Amino acid sequence: MRVLNMVQAINEALDLALARDERVLVFGEDVGRLGGVFRVTEGLQAKYGEGRVFDTPLAESGILGLAIGLAMGGMRPVAEIQFAGFLYPALDQILSHLGRWRHRSRGRVGLPVVVRAPYGGGVHTPEQHADSPEALLAHTPGVKVVIPSSPDRAKGLLLSAIEDEDPVFFLEAIKLYRGARAEVPEGYYTLPLGKARVLKEGKAATLIGYGGMVEVMLEAAEVARKEGVEVMVVDLETLVPLDEETLLEAVRETGRAIVVYEAMRTGGFGAEIAARIAEGAIDYLQAPVLRVAGYDAPYPPFSAIEHLYRPNARRVLAALRKALTY
Amino acid sequence: MKPKVVQYLEEGEFPLAEEEALRLYRAMRRARFFDEKALTLQRQGRLGVYAPFMGQEAAQVGVALALEAKDWVVPSYRESALLLARGLPIHTLILYWRAHPAGWRFPEGVRAVNPYIPIATQIPQAVGLALAGRYRGENWVVATSIGDGGTSEGDFHEGLNFAAVFGAPVVFLVQNNGYAISVPRSKQMRVDYIARRAEGYGMPGVVVDGNDAFAVYLEAKKAVERARKGEGPTLLEALTYRLAPHTTSDDPSRYRSKEEEEAWRAKDPILRLRKALEGRGLWDEEAERALLLELEEEFQRELALADEAPEPRPEEIVEHVYKEMGPDQKRAWEALRRGLHVEEVG
Repeated sequence: MRVLNMVQAINEALDLALARDERVLVFGEDVGRLGGVFRVTEGLQAKYGEGRVFDTPLAESGILGLAIGLAMGGMRPVAEIQFAGFLYPALDQILSHLGRWRHRSRGRVGLPVVVRAPYGGGVHTPEQHADSPEALLAHTPGVKVVIPSSPDRAKGLLLSAIEDEDPVFFLEAIKLYRGARAEVPEGYYTLPLGKARVLKEGKAATLIGYGGMVEVMLEAAEVARKEGVEVMVVDLETLVPLDEETLLEAVRETGRAIVVYEAMRTGGFGAEIAARIAEGAIDYLQAPVLRVAGYDAPYPPFSAIEHLYRPNARRVLAALRKALTY
Repeated sequence: MKPKVVQYLEEGEFPLAEEEALRLYRAMRRARFFDEKALTLQRQGRLGVYAPFMGQEAAQVGVALALEAKDWVVPSYRESALLLARGLPIHTLILYWRAHPAGWRFPEGVRAVNPYIPIATQIPQAVGLALAGRYRGENWVVATSIGDGGTSEGDFHEGLNFAAVFGAPVVFLVQNNGYAISVPRSKQMRVDYIARRAEGYGMPGVVVDGNDAFAVYLEAKKAVERARKGEGPTLLEALTYRLAPHTTSDDPSRYRSKEEEEAWRAKDPILRLRKALEGRGLWDEEAERALLLELEEEFQRELALADEAPEPRPEEIVEHVYKEMGPDQKRAWEALRRGLHVEEVG
């Protein structure tokens, strides 16, 4: 099978979706002629024309509003926001509208919108380019949040997101765009939203994370394994709807849980995971649920200290030691 | 140079077919009737907070009647006249203002998008909806409506720019009623006519006497026709006045004078149109009485329908959040259905 990186896999998914369904439109800032700042939409405008793959004026709220209206009118928009940290100007459209239409219209108007946005750090970007706003989105009723961790998963999950009748935020870890490579099946396939995956079995503790943190957890697990400690690794993949069953099962088996996320610690999605574990698996816990996360400060734009903010295997291992010796 | 304010009634002109003029009048009178009834119902505690539109009937009905059945309206929250003229049943509108779930699901045949509270966010949405019609080859036009205060929001500007860039078939109705709750237009912007902004986005801007039903209707028709022909959006500024409070919770005596209100009352769009109709021998006291009787009967019928709507079920709280309930909604739904809270179920 071919090995692709994340950019190629997502591009292939968009290509297949555009070919399969005439209602699918791809738009955003620079996605047309340039092919996106990360080249995720490369070649799509040439293939499908300016009607279906188009550049918009530089206005995020306008892009989200446009997507909402297009979906109301029966289209299936796939909007790109250039960086997840640029979602903020569009929050009113997201919180007040995108997530509410189905409920507001009591089922008459559903919005099958996909919003793709690169997120996360590790690649020395300027301010705002490395933000991880998934908790903000997950806190919005009516939207789904999907964060793939590998190219093969990204392709199938994105195609599911485009087929989904509800709005889906599809966050793509910038570090994985060219850093992650995997065998990606040819052709059209979908992977179910709302399912977590156990990537690695182990009895000592459970590491839980998603997106760009999956490779960090796997690296930590590998180091631990060499030291004779087998840990379980869970990739949540979909934050909303959350696969609580798989999550709790994985924690009950080990009795120790460490949640890893690169957003700011307070109120981050890891806090939600910790709370769910406390509600659903407290009797199994042999140590408090620990969080390895970004610090309570904006993500540092300075590459010299960025690596200190973003969780790495060393920090995960420190938390693991703490949990094991509690 | 000041833009020309389009007027017909002031000049005593009668540029419409008689039947068309009567249709406008009946729809405006029906809307006013609803507005008065809604205020009464609110005072009786039979409606929630309500936003009256009294005084703005010509602006809303004029645009609504300029549309075809396949067209869409994307209103703001003060646009009950627009919705009624578009065919939204009265009982649905009553239930809407009662915040009853059944009132929030507009009937399939009514091409109107639910109004909502945030300001100006509907503007880029209307542009998207208009483009969807073009993609689908249905060539529908979208009329969207906003107040003068709403034009200060960023989304207004983003939406107008998008519409112009994409040549979207949209009619932007600005109901310039002089106030953003209590803040007068003069403290809201440094431009005399909002329609002037149109040029800055690359679309025509038209100012009409918003209390002149002929002016609104005819200019709206032109804008709709332009949109339908693929010539892009139009900004239509209707100069008007809200005769009633911002909402039933508002006290306009704190920010505007009795004299000002009286002066605008004299320009009541319904009285002005009625005078024109009477001048042509098309209307009289008897016709008015017959119409009011008809409206009263209709309203009572519709109110009874609204009153008969069953109480909302507790579990409706978590219905329609997603097409299929997720595990969290399902858990809450089960609990609510059994009269419990989620915490009691575990």
